[in-house]
Amino acid sequence: MIEAALRHRFAGFTLDVAFTAPTPGVTVLFGPSGAGKSTVVAALAGLLRPESGRIAVDGAVLLDGDAGAFVPPERRRVGLVFQDARLFPHLSVESNLRYGLRRAPAGPIGFADVVDLLGIAHLLPRRPHTLSGGERQRVAIGRALLSQPRLLLMDEPLASLDTARKAEILPYLLRLKTALALPIVYVTHAPDEVFAIADTLVLLEAGRVLAAGPLVELTARGDLPLAARDDAGAVLAAELAEHHPARRLSLLRAGAMRLWVPLVDAPVGTKLRLRIPAREIILATMAPEAISLHNIVPGQVRTVTENAARHAALVEVDAGGAVLLARITPDAVARLALRPGAPVLALIKSMAVDVLPH
Amino acid sequence: MGLPVALAVAFLLARGRFPGRAALDALVHLPMVLPPVVVGWLLLLLFGVRGPIGALLQDWFAIRLVFTANGAALACAVMAFPLMVRAIRLSLEAVDPGLEQAARTLGAGPLDRFLTVTLPLAAPGVLVGGIVGYAACLGEFGAVITFAANIPGQTQTLPLAIYAALQTPGGEAVAARLSLVSVVLAVCGLLLAEWAGRRLRRRVGR
Repeated sequence: MIEAALRHRFAGFTLDVAFTAPTPGVTVLFGPSGAGKSTVVAALAGLLRPESGRIAVDGAVLLDGDAGAFVPPERRRVGLVFQDARLFPHLSVESNLRYGLRRAPAGPIGFADVVDLLGIAHLLPRRPHTLSGGERQRVAIGRALLSQPRLLLMDEPLASLDTARKAEILPYLLRLKTALALPIVYVTHAPDEVFAIADTLVLLEAGRVLAAGPLVELTARGDLPLAARDDAGAVLAAELAEHHPARRLSLLRAGAMRLWVPLVDAPVGTKLRLRIPAREIILATMAPEAISLHNIVPGQVRTVTENAARHAALVEVDAGGAVLLARITPDAVARLALRPGAPVLALIKSMAVDVLPH
Repeated sequence: MGLPVALAVAFLLARGRFPGRAALDALVHLPMVLPPVVVGWLLLLLFGVRGPIGALLQDWFAIRLVFTANGAALACAVMAFPLMVRAIRLSLEAVDPGLEQAARTLGAGPLDRFLTVTLPLAAPGVLVGGIVGYAACLGEFGAVITFAANIPGQTQTLPLAIYAALQTPGGEAVAARLSLVSVVLAVCGLLLAEWAGRRLRRRVGR
């Protein structure tokens, strides 16, 4: 478990955050710029010593303000991947990778494994300035991994890359997540990265924690700033239940909910994550007939939150353990008399469901 | 000879935050703005046989600096010192502290970081500092003649020898030859600096 409680005053800004996150797994710090995300990362790495607080990772205490304990960065064994890679320009890629390895105690993460995992074998003799942005970032990730960290921090590692380079690196990050049982704290302000890799989400705003918890819970809540975004939508943990190649459909199971989606190229039993955009869900009290729609999911209204600024209402629907978030008009809420506890049908187009690797 | 000291002082001035930093800065730059003869005379006061430091050196180590070759070297080093410190300090300040932070998170302690990251990246500037110091020493006149005098074969620097030759009737030929030597030395120094600097910069990918 990662335990963090930090308090630090800057001129005109006070950071006061506390959260816990399970390990291993990816904890994403998400929030607008100036929310304090990078400050939290600096404190976790030890590059900033907060006025007071406590940091512990899987029982190892890195900071204890009350006891006056502070482990300096060079002895913390916390890896950090910077937004701008920060490879040593006077060293080859291989020497960069080995820099942390040479200074770390023997650990489980091997040189050959990391090189293979990140696909950087062909870069080893090169100099950092000859690499592309995406390659540089992969080397930086490898360098941090090889220092045998007990916690890996990634401070907006994809922010300086264009969309194509991002798409090139994300699969490596997902492989990393499954291949190494390593706790990762990941900072971003890009929602697509959150949906793709977060297990735990910490929402920050103006130096405070707005909410913290599992991704599936926070994305389904209608009362958080996430829900006010255009791309709001619940993320669900699902499992591939059946393939129907003749109909070119796959059946997914999330809790008690069953969803038909276009054929997924993965074996039955694969764990997946789904994202269902809130604006794509239709709510009904009676099932429509003769319709192209495959998924009519019965559920119960959990909450209704009005978003006056958008003339919209966010409805949380409990569909047998899996919670959906639907954005509809306040007028529709009134017409269907939706209130907490009311039974409701969620109509979900197969084509509207984003299927992501787990 | 003054290079390691210049490196240490430059590092202090570039990175250190301590009381008296401004005073140290001023002290280091003093030889650049004072007339060289004044510097030579101050050295005489300090390192003279009866000066506070000179007496200690004489009593404990039997080292005499005044009017010796070592004294000439000391005077040159003091005069060249600010130039070296300036060049090195600029290059140290140009090293991205972010890289040192990165080294830190990878487990490198202070000395380790300095030797493996800061110093290699500042190497072009350190080299330039050395060359500039060398060039300044070659041309040193006032401080040397005041502190170490003008003893042929011992404390006579090139400019001193040239000056002496010019004062001697019929010494123009000697002066011309010595001038040629100083031109050749200076050009070699500059070419060497240029070549080594380019190599180092290519190594760090700039």
